[in-house]
Amino acid sequence: MEAGMVTPAPALVRFSGIQKTYDGEHLVVKNLDLEIRKGEFITLLGPSGSGKTTTLMMLAGFEVPTHGEIYLADRPIKNMPPHKRDIGMVFQNYALFPHLTIAENIAFPLSVRKINKAEAQERVRAALRMIKMDTLAHRRPGQLSGGQQQRVALARALVFNPQLVLMDEPLGALDKRLREQMQLEIKQLHKTMGITVVYVTHDQSEALTMSDRIAVFNDGIVQQVDTPDALYEHPVNSFVAHFIGENNVLAGTVETVEKEYCRVALAGGGAVTARAVNVSGAGASTSLSVRPERISIILDGTSSDGLNRLPAKVQNTIYVGDHALAVLDVAGNGEFIVKLQPDAHDSLRHGESVFITFRPEDCLALDPV
Amino acid sequence: MTAASLTGADAQAEVPLKRRLKRAERARQIKALALVLPLLLFLLFTFAGPIAGMLWRSVDDREVRQVLPQTVAVLANWDGKDLPDEKAYAALASDILAGRASGTVAIAAKRLNYALNGFRTILTSTARNLKAVPEPGTAKETLSKINPAWRERTTWTTIKDASGPMTGFYLLAALDLTRNVDGAIVAASPDQAIYRSVFARTFIISLSVTALCLILGFPVAYLLATLPPGRSNLLMIFVLLPFWTSLLVRTCAWIVLLQSNGVVNDSLHWLGIIDEPLRLIYNRFGVCVAMTHVLLPFMILPLYSSMKAISPAYMRAAASLGAPPVTAFLRIYLPQTLPGIGAGSLLVFILALGYYITPALVGGAADQMISYFIALYTTETANWGLASALGAVLLLVTLLLALVYGKLVHGQQVTGGMKN
Repeated sequence: MEAGMVTPAPALVRFSGIQKTYDGEHLVVKNLDLEIRKGEFITLLGPSGSGKTTTLMMLAGFEVPTHGEIYLADRPIKNMPPHKRDIGMVFQNYALFPHLTIAENIAFPLSVRKINKAEAQERVRAALRMIKMDTLAHRRPGQLSGGQQQRVALARALVFNPQLVLMDEPLGALDKRLREQMQLEIKQLHKTMGITVVYVTHDQSEALTMSDRIAVFNDGIVQQVDTPDALYEHPVNSFVAHFIGENNVLAGTVETVEKEYCRVALAGGGAVTARAVNVSGAGASTSLSVRPERISIILDGTSSDGLNRLPAKVQNTIYVGDHALAVLDVAGNGEFIVKLQPDAHDSLRHGESVFITFRPEDCLALDPV
Repeated sequence: MTAASLTGADAQAEVPLKRRLKRAERARQIKALALVLPLLLFLLFTFAGPIAGMLWRSVDDREVRQVLPQTVAVLANWDGKDLPDEKAYAALASDILAGRASGTVAIAAKRLNYALNGFRTILTSTARNLKAVPEPGTAKETLSKINPAWRERTTWTTIKDASGPMTGFYLLAALDLTRNVDGAIVAASPDQAIYRSVFARTFIISLSVTALCLILGFPVAYLLATLPPGRSNLLMIFVLLPFWTSLLVRTCAWIVLLQSNGVVNDSLHWLGIIDEPLRLIYNRFGVCVAMTHVLLPFMILPLYSSMKAISPAYMRAAASLGAPPVTAFLRIYLPQTLPGIGAGSLLVFILALGYYITPALVGGAADQMISYFIALYTTETANWGLASALGAVLLLVTLLLALVYGKLVHGQQVTGGMKN
C-alpha cells in the first residue's frame, strides 16, 4: 500500500488501534492505525461521516479516543489537554475572536505563552507581513472578507511555531477562485516553513492539489494511504477509485485469472481483459473501473491487438471548454463518460453506434460495488 | 436585449436617481408607519402622556395663586427684604374672605404647610377669626392681632415663593434642599431631609440585587447555552416558571419560608443549627432574597442569548492556541458575554429601582425604597408635587444610566467573525 515515493521521514504522529464511538453503539472510527511523518502535508479525505474530522479532533485533543493511543513525537497524548499539545489549528469557520483586532488575534498564542512583548510584537509583524495584511492589523475580524479572515486564522495557527498544524476544511466557505488561490498559498507556506500539516477535506481535487500523501476515509476505516498519483492510478478498491477523480463502472464476473490480469464477462454483454487488483478469483463478481481520459472512441470495429473493445451508443455530448465529454451507453451503463478533445464532440451524433477501446492496464477489476 | 434596456434607462434618466429611489421607498415607509401606528398611539396616551403630566406636576404650583390672587399680585412687586406694606395685608384679608366663601382656603393652606410647618393653622385661624373686611389702613393690625405670624417675614416669603405658576420647591425637596428666607438654596432641616438616604438605599438595594442576580444567573445561563437542546429546554422552563405566577404570590411565598416560625427557621432549628429563630424577613436580607428571586430571569435571558451566540469553536481555538481553560474563559468567553452582562444588569437594576410591592411586604421600615414614598405621597397624603418630583429624579437617574450603558455597548462593537 505504501508507495514509498516520498523518502520516509520519522513519524511525528502515530495513531495506534484508535477507536471512537459517541453513542456506545456505532464506531465512528474503527481501528485506525496511521503514521504522520515529520514535515509532510497529509490530507484526511472522505465523505461526511467517514470519521476524518473525528480523527482530527482526537489529534487536537477535543475528543478522547474510546480505545487505542495517539503518540505525538513518541509521547502518548491521549489524556493530554489540548492547550498543552502545541498543535496549531485552523478551523472551518476560522474562529477568529470577534472582540479582538487582527493583531491581537495573532498575538493571542504568544501572550498566553508569556513571550515578552517586544518579541511577540516582532513575530506578529512578521506574521502579518507573511499574509500581506500589515495595513489591516487594527481591524476586527468582522470587517474582513472571508479570504482575509482565513489568512489571519492561518497566521494565528503558525505564529507560535507549533510542531504540527491541523486544518479542518479551512477553505470550505470560500468561493472557487479564492479557494484555488488559497490552496496554492497554503502549499507555499508548507514548503517554505517546513511544517507538518494534517488537512481535512471532502474535496478530492483539493486533496490531490495540495497533499504529499492522502488518507482516504470511508465508514470509519482508512481505505488507502498513498501519494496523490498512486491513489489515482492504483486505487485498492472501488471506493477509492470512485472517490478520487472521474470514473466509469462496469459490473461483471471474473472468468479466468492469469497472473496480474483477468478476463471479465460484463453483465451487459461482452468481455474485457482487466488488471486483477481486488478480485478473489474465477467466478467472483467484480466492478471494473476505467478513467474517462483513458478511453478512445472509434467509428469502425477494427482495433489494434490487445486493446479492449466494446460497442457503445452515443447518448449526449457536453462541451466544457478545455475538453469535451461524450456520454455513452456501454454494456448497460447509460452514463459511461469518455473525455475528448474539445473539437471532437461535433463529429458524434446522438444515437450513433460507435466503439470504445482502452488498454487492459487502464481497466481495474475491483471489489463489487 | 442589451440595447433595449439601455433605451429604457435613457428614458428614465430625466427623473433624478435620488427622487426615483425616494418614490420607490415611500410606499414601504408608509406601510411601516401604518404598522407601528397603533402601538405609537397607545404609548402616546398611556405612557408618554402620563410621564409628561408627572414631570409637569413636579414643577406646577398654582394652588396659592388661585386662592389668593390679589395677594400674589401685590407680592409680585415686593422685594422681600422687610415686611410687605399695608396693601398686601388688605389684599390678603380680601382673598381670605373670598376663599372662605368659596371654601378654597384649605387648598392654599395645605400647599403653604408643605413649605412652612404650621402654616395651615395660621391661615385657617385667620380665616376663622376674620369677621369682615378691615377698615382701610387697619388690615395689618387686624391680621397681626388674629395671628402674630403675620408679623414674621418668613410667613410672607413663603406665600411669595408659593405664588407660582411654576416652582422648584418640590424638586429641591426631593433632593433634601430648600430655600431659606432670603431665597438661597440650602440644606433642608434634618427632620425633613430623608430623600437622599432613601435614594441611596434604593441604589444600594438595587445594586446588591443586580450583583446577586449576576452571580447566580451567569452559571445557569452558561449551562442553558451549552446543554443539548432537550435538556436546556427543560431547564429553561424552570427559569421561566416564576413568570407564570403572580408577583404577589411569589413574595408571599417568601414570607411563608422566611418568617420566624417559617420553613427555613423550623428546618434549621430541627437540625439543631440554631436555637433562636433567625431574623430573615422584614429586613434587608429578606428584601434582597425576594427581589433576586423575582428578577433572576431578567438577568438569565439576556446572558443566555449572548452566550448562545458564542460559537464553541472560540473556546476550542483558544485551547488549541495554548490557553488553559481559565485563561480561555477570561480572555475569550467572558468579553464576548459583556453585552449580555450589561443588558441583564441594566434591566435588573432599573426594574429593581422601581420595586414597590416586594420591599413593602418583606422589608422593614428601613428597607422601603423610593417607590414606597412616591406611592405614599400619591395615595395617602395627596402631595402630588413631591411624588412627581421624586419620580422625576428617579426617571432622570435611570435615563442617565441607560445612556451610559448605551455608550458602553456602542463603544464595544462586537461583530461575530463566525457569521461571515
